Amino acid sequence: MARVVVNLPQRARRGEIIEIRTLAGHGMETGFRRTQLGELIPRDIITRFTCSYNGVEVFRAELHPAMAANPLIAFSTVATESGTLEFRWTGDNGFSATHSASITVD
Amino acid sequence: MSVRVLRLFLLLALACAARAEIPLAERRSGYEDMGRETRAMQDDDATNPATLWVLDGESLWQRKEGAAARACADCHRDARDSMKGVAARHPAFDAATGKLLNLEQRINGCRVERQQAKPFAYESRELLALTVFVARQSRGMPIAVESSERTKPFLEAGRATFRRRQGQLNLACVQCHDERAGRRLAGTVIPQAHPTGYPIYRLEWQGLGSLHRRMRNCMAGIRAEPYALGAPEFVELEMFLMWRARGMRLETPGVRP
Repeated sequence: MARVVVNLPQRARRGEIIEIRTLAGHGMETGFRRTQLGELIPRDIITRFTCSYNGVEVFRAELHPAMAANPLIAFSTVATESGTLEFRWTGDNGFSATHSASITVD
Repeated sequence: MSVRVLRLFLLLALACAARAEIPLAERRSGYEDMGRETRAMQDDDATNPATLWVLDGESLWQRKEGAAARACADCHRDARDSMKGVAARHPAFDAATGKLLNLEQRINGCRVERQQAKPFAYESRELLALTVFVARQSRGMPIAVESSERTKPFLEAGRATFRRRQGQLNLACVQCHDERAGRRLAGTVIPQAHPTGYPIYRLEWQGLGSLHRRMRNCMAGIRAEPYALGAPEFVELEMFLMWRARGMRLETPGVRP
């Protein structure tokens, strides 16, 4: 499975806005490039990223060929309750990566 | 010509040569010429894409390899202690072979001799990951390559390469990176070429790359035939560049545009 790095605070106050930053290791091959022999290199990208907080989807992104390799996605959400955040990246050629992190809200 | 005149002439020539060099206090890392966003990206491990390679390197450090079934960690233990400052001292003279080795070559040497494994290809993902993981342990430390009689021939060879005009454009490194550093080449500032952050995550590459890869880019730019990755000429040049950046702080892993 691909390597991912997720950064978020471990503790937060209830109602606080927290920033979440994610990095996913992926080449993001656009599908527009050619080899030196002129053959088209097939597209191979992450197409979708979702984050769910205790089972509720709080953030979703659709990714397209113009996006850089190793995409960095940063977003924020409101710390409502203690629990787990699930991150999922899916893409071409059956690419799938998941990560989960827990947060304590007091 | 009398000896005296010759000596005077030599001194003058030396003075002219010395003037081209950047005074120690005026040296600046390429980091300082980057945009605010790129600097922020490098500063935070959570946004620095090279972190992906550093983590890969950390797992390689623990993995048993080769016929000896030994991991780096079995001998060197915790890299945070044992590898601290190692990148700041490389390239270094290897007494056993009498050669100058950079960090990548030192790691591969260890693989072959101690782990009895096949060396990683230069610029392979594995070698870059291990190198960046090891070099990461020296972040913030001043560059201090050995400057002594035994390293002198390599250093001087590197200096000569740096000053030698080459390629169809007939340019020497020194013309851009010493004499015209800080001025512009097309839209971008010409950096002083201090190797403070290698291996770097270069946005243009969309990946991590070594100093030798970067120097091959530069050589292609002046339309010279680039040396091979890991070539002795490159290691000598690396030695000279590290000596030229002596005392500057390592930033590995650097992010560059």
